[in-house]
Amino acid sequence: MSESGHRVPLLEVEKLEVSFFTQHGVVRAVRGTTFDIARGETVGLVGESGSGKSVTSLAILGLIDLPGKITGGDVRWKGSSLLNRAGLKWVKQVRGKELAIVFQDPMTSLNPLFTLRWQIGEVLRHHLGMGRKRAEERVVELLDLVGIPSPRERAKAYPHELSGGQRQRALIAMALACEPELLIADEPTTALDVTIQAQILELIGEIQQRLGLAVLLVTHDLGVVAGVCDRVVVMYGGKIMERGSATDVFQHPGHPYTAGLLRSTPRIDLAQHRMIGIDGSPPNMIDPPPGCPFAPRCPIAFDRCVEPPPFIPAPNGREVACWRAYDT
Amino acid sequence: MGRFAIGRIVHGVVVVFCVAIVVFATSRLVGDPVGVILPFEATHEQRAALRHQLGFDRPILEQFGEYITNLARGDFGTSLLQDRPTISIVLEHLPATFELVFAGIALAILIAVPLGVVAAVRPGSLVDRMSVSLSLLGLSVPEFFLGILLILFFAVELGVLPASGKGGIEHLILPALTLALPAVGRLTMIARSSMIDQLGQAYVQTAKAKGIPRWRVVGIHALRNALIPVLTLSGWELMRALAGYAVTVETVFAWPGVGYLAFQAVREQDVFLVQTIVLVVAVLVVFVNVGIDILYRVVDPRIKLG
Ligand SMILES: Nc1ncnc2c1ncn2[C@@H]1O[C@H](COP(=O)(O)OP(=O)(O)O)[C@@H](O)[C@H]1O
Ligand SMILES: [Mg+2]
Repeated sequence: MSESGHRVPLLEVEKLEVSFFTQHGVVRAVRGTTFDIARGETVGLVGESGSGKSVTSLAILGLIDLPGKITGGDVRWKGSSLLNRAGLKWVKQVRGKELAIVFQDPMTSLNPLFTLRWQIGEVLRHHLGMGRKRAEERVVELLDLVGIPSPRERAKAYPHELSGGQRQRALIAMALACEPELLIADEPTTALDVTIQAQILELIGEIQQRLGLAVLLVTHDLGVVAGVCDRVVVMYGGKIMERGSATDVFQHPGHPYTAGLLRSTPRIDLAQHRMIGIDGSPPNMIDPPPGCPFAPRCPIAFDRCVEPPPFIPAPNGREVACWRAYDT
Repeated sequence: MGRFAIGRIVHGVVVVFCVAIVVFATSRLVGDPVGVILPFEATHEQRAALRHQLGFDRPILEQFGEYITNLARGDFGTSLLQDRPTISIVLEHLPATFELVFAGIALAILIAVPLGVVAAVRPGSLVDRMSVSLSLLGLSVPEFFLGILLILFFAVELGVLPASGKGGIEHLILPALTLALPAVGRLTMIARSSMIDQLGQAYVQTAKAKGIPRWRVVGIHALRNALIPVLTLSGWELMRALAGYAVTVETVFAWPGVGYLAFQAVREQDVFLVQTIVLVVAVLVVFVNVGIDILYRVVDPRIKLG
């Protein structure tokens, strides 16, 4: 995280702000998120549903469509902005090639009318200029890489002929087609059975090791992040609550929200662990007050929480956005 | 495919048979063709003799049985006024109707799909609002009125296109347009709403994330999915045109097709000719239906053959 001058992170998200200008008002989905990812690193982006994780992911890829707009901040890829005039062109070249994403719902994320080899091959034909034959050969290799059995036959299949787990594998294969440097996995397992979830996570971990790519693992489930990630970014109400190394954050959550999330996550290591949900519900993102978004649900909130808390640095490059961080 | 084909053939035969029953029943229950054939001053005896000759005095079921047996032999009956096999008359008029109906529906699809797509890409934009108003306009003007308007403007006022009859391509333009415009209204609405629906699907997000150009995302990924409901409606439009709108449009433009023939046959109470026209149109509708079903299976791999 430290800007040591010579090390440029692969991806930098800086004070990113994204709003949706809807009929009901301006939804401030992302309000100044800052984090970065180095080459080969795995970062977890965690938070309850509605906290702005998907919007952040889409903004990184330049996929925010009207009525949404990036209203502030910057996204830099290998040191150059993807949001200025040149960047808007550049992002079209790197999207799907250097920067790939896997979405949440494998059942609906593939085009139902095209074969796997056509859909996956399309990426290769477009970005790498491969001919149809070569692209199809490469698709078979990719399907093999993501653990789809008899890939040569499966390549000819249509999405409806595959199970959910296999479709997610196919989508991962599509994302990996051009050997990207960063893979964003937006809740890649949420829509799947528990056993399949573990397999997909294992696959992502394995591929990450093998290809050395960086991964941004987006999830509402802290349990998913625990074993896999180097660092964690905790998001709530469009803001970052806390970021730091995964071990630190899990062992000593610095933000009451993180602590709450941890308590509400099922844990395999503690048989006696009682799951306790966080009281209340996520904030309305239309014209939210400037202070800490978690304050209304926070057990230790006090007067000052109506002011936006700064990031309070702690040891090990840890940062917590809470007035009461390390109070005790 | 085999079971699919057999099922469709059986289904088609049943439909045509039912149409035959209805046609037969209505033509025997409504009006008296004998009165049309014979001069006004014909005697009662003359009328009875003709009735006997045509077999109209026999029990209705017996007449129907004979009608069906003859049909099976390819004998559709003889026109009362032209004294020729009705089927030859109908087949002579069929090409003109095909020309008109296919031109009209093709024109409608070629206008409606691009219009619907452009509207869907920018919902709420000027183009979108214009497409909706145009669709409503197309929908709310009846064919005969539209036909007359077009004749008045292009044939009478401007004098650039012929008002009626069949000849070169210039004769086809106005009737085809008359047939097309109401269909454009319906098809544009469907193309637009189905495209808006598809553009919101998750696979479109995936396609965008691939980094492929926007025209491919819209024009290949989303459009192919959006065309499925358009296909359904196009088939319906084709059937409605053959079995209905063609009569109005051909009559307004004196277009020598089956529709105009039907109008004349009904006016002259040529019972057997009317029967044959309705049967032939029913068979055509059944064919269009099967054609659409086959096209579905070509476009959508989720529908299994068989
Ligand atoms: N297209 C959109 N239009 C309006 N609001 C949106 C849109 N997409 C997301 N939002 C809002 O942005 C906020 C963050 O959403 P999201 O990033 O999807 O959350 P999550 O953390 O569950 O991925 C939510 O309040 C959501 O309602
Ligand atoms: Mg999400």
